[in-house]
Amino acid sequence: MISKKEVQHIAKLARIDFSEKELLKLSKQLSAILDYIEKLKEVDTSKVEPTAQVTGLENVIREDKSKIQNPKSKIQILNGVPRKKDGYVKVKAVL
Amino acid sequence: MNLYDLTIHEAADLLRKKKVSSVELTKAVLCRIKKVDEEIFAFLTKTPQLALAQAEEVDKKIAAAQNISPLAGIPVAIKDNIVTYGIKTTCASRILENYIPPFDATVVERLKNAGAVIVGKTNLDEFGHGSSTEHSAFGPTHNPWDKTKVPGGSSGGSAAAIASGECLFALGTDTGGSIRQPAGFCAVSGLRPTYGRVSRYGLIAMTSSMDVIGPMTKDVEDASLVLQVLAGKDELDSTTVEGPVPSYSHFLKEDIKGLKVGVPKEFFIEGMDWQVERSIKEAIEKLASLGASVKEITLPHTVYGVACYYIITPSEISSNLSRFDGIKYGLSKEAGNLFKVYTKTRGESFGQEVKRRIMLGTYTLSAGYYEAYYLKAQKVRTVIKNEVLRALEEVDVIIAPTSPNLPFKLGSQIDAPLKMYLEDIFMDTASLAGLPAISIPCGFIKGLPVGLQIMGKPFDEGTVLKVANNYQQATEWHKQRPKL
Repeated sequence: MISKKEVQHIAKLARIDFSEKELLKLSKQLSAILDYIEKLKEVDTSKVEPTAQVTGLENVIREDKSKIQNPKSKIQILNGVPRKKDGYVKVKAVL
Repeated sequence: MNLYDLTIHEAADLLRKKKVSSVELTKAVLCRIKKVDEEIFAFLTKTPQLALAQAEEVDKKIAAAQNISPLAGIPVAIKDNIVTYGIKTTCASRILENYIPPFDATVVERLKNAGAVIVGKTNLDEFGHGSSTEHSAFGPTHNPWDKTKVPGGSSGGSAAAIASGECLFALGTDTGGSIRQPAGFCAVSGLRPTYGRVSRYGLIAMTSSMDVIGPMTKDVEDASLVLQVLAGKDELDSTTVEGPVPSYSHFLKEDIKGLKVGVPKEFFIEGMDWQVERSIKEAIEKLASLGASVKEITLPHTVYGVACYYIITPSEISSNLSRFDGIKYGLSKEAGNLFKVYTKTRGESFGQEVKRRIMLGTYTLSAGYYEAYYLKAQKVRTVIKNEVLRALEEVDVIIAPTSPNLPFKLGSQIDAPLKMYLEDIFMDTASLAGLPAISIPCGFIKGLPVGLQIMGKPFDEGTVLKVANNYQQATEWHKQRPKL
């Protein structure tokens, strides 16, 4: 069982605000899902390498040059930014 | 016959013979959307003006006797997690409610170059997280065969749009079954291509090691036409592979005499709807009568598929969705400091299932749990993958049900996440191993569709399409349309 305190800690790592009610519900639901996942322990993987991807491709590289940019792109990208100033993305003080 | 009921190949034929124009075809589809979409809710955004402009362009080319693609002038719907230049792309999430992408996904660019006519963006479970399209922030899509039932998910909007004649074909995306399961629930043909076959540039990522984009169509011939346009290396997606793309239409001409069909005994499980089981067994008999040799095989580790998938997927989701922080794009909440901007924006703008998956993934990747969960799941993934690849050395394709059950009632499983996850039980093998797999209709039970799944070897979409097409040539299920 994952405690409410643990759920709170994960919520902080995940950068998500939850209400008290949501925290309690999550603690139950995550515990049920993790109980089910325990099943994987039955599989002997002592001599098995992990699979991170299935293409078999490795170190795919291309020339490090920029595409010809659409001059409108900057404006279009900035149009989607919630807070901006003088053509820059505005962020609250970090320090 | 109504124009909106046509397949791509039927419509393309009429366009070439100038018996119908793309504008007429597009108007018929737009009119159909107007008539039925209030009840189906397949679309999040409709683009009638763009569609008519594109259709006029194609008609000019046909009038000038220019050589055109089989997709030219054909109305298509795009799942709303694939970005479209200048057209709102929301992922069915509040956080992207007003997001207008400044670029096209590679698949959208390819469809536009082929002359396809975009009629709108389809509904999905928020960010693709779900198997019912009920987790859309903007409301659920209804199954055209029975409006009280779910259409499946997460590409439920795309599947429902095709079944109800609101487009001639659609793009879907499949991570753990999101093309195949809704295709099964709505009686359309949905192909998950091999991982690496189709570019994902411009797909808003969910689980990068499994996400693929694929065609959803009214029949297999259409699926092969769409795949032909989508497939191939893309410099902007480093997971796409080099090498020539075969001509899929060639495969459709071949029969399946002597072709080896594997039936895993583990895929006929206890608790499965017996009527679904009977439909699948009848489909297998049909393939045998067409000359295929059917062989029972065993995939003992597939029972771990769902558990494996539900560690890997949330883990990758927790990482991929960290970009939605209220700073660069999308919705943003006001708060006193930067940390609170993040937590408030994400807390108030993501839906329950998205938050649940981010939380699960953050947990399984966190210090002390990474090895026990994520690394373990990746190792089990190797076991499942090797097992199915070994089986595919003995047989040409593997047959399975698409879902263990018929489409379920809207709202009936919404608060039972684990039950919802188990909907994917026959889906995860192909996803974890990166195999191509198609779902095609193989029967109806009390008016509700049953899906047949055919999986193939990596990059052997041709054989999968061949088997599926042979089945459709001998059956009529794919020609059924719901009464709306």
